[in-house]
Amino acid sequence: MRRYFVVNGFDGALTMLGLIIGFLISVPADLSVIINVCMGAAIALGMSGVSSAFVSETAERRRALGELEEAMISDLQESAHGAAARWVPLLIALVNGSAPLVISLLILLPLWLSIAGIALPVPPLYAAIIVALLLIFLLGVFLGRIAGISLLRSGIQTLLVAVVTAALIYLFAGF
Amino acid sequence: MVFVKGIVLDVLKPHQPNALEFSKAIAKVGVDYYVRLTVLEVDENTETLQIKIEGSAIDFEAVQSTISDLGGSLHSIDEVEVQSEVDVG
Repeated sequence: MRRYFVVNGFDGALTMLGLIIGFLISVPADLSVIINVCMGAAIALGMSGVSSAFVSETAERRRALGELEEAMISDLQESAHGAAARWVPLLIALVNGSAPLVISLLILLPLWLSIAGIALPVPPLYAAIIVALLLIFLLGVFLGRIAGISLLRSGIQTLLVAVVTAALIYLFAGF
Repeated sequence: MVFVKGIVLDVLKPHQPNALEFSKAIAKVGVDYYVRLTVLEVDENTETLQIKIEGSAIDFEAVQSTISDLGGSLHSIDEVEVQSEVDVG
């Protein structure tokens, strides 16, 4: 479950970072257009996360349950194993889909605040990039906590991935 | 009234839940159940158990239902202890 959250949360954060940097290096666009494009991507990421996890987890759990039923020579549909095979894919799908969606919405928060007329210390697109980098760092810290390694080192590692992504975008799309 | 005081069951279960969780779940069926679980054989996906349950009035149907809920399969009832008691009141 944690792995799904981190992997897909990372997907969401990097996608938003990529989109926002793309807008930054393009002809200036209206903030509402940027929000709509990013929201479209966020919702698509969420739906992709839900559906892909549900389909793959259901198949895996069904197969595992079938093997267990074969070994037990009995029907386990009404047992805790059968219930788990039905509910766990739903739960994983929910985590898998909500992680990129929630992280994307957090990254887009500065853009909404700006549209609502709330003054930000930095331009909204830069504020969104700062939020994205912060969330990517925190995902790394979370990974470090799971692995029991240095939190700072793990956070910096994921942050480096974001920096490399930004550099690649500037390199290939900045002209 | 006849009360079941003790039973020994032969049960096949998946590896999960483990023996401790399995026996605890059975013990929770009654208020004074004593459960002794012995793993007799371990296969790739299953374990064969001998479960001895003692109590003042064992509810066999509830025990059997708990075993099924946990994915276990009751193979046989190997020993039974019952006692008749006069209803008071």
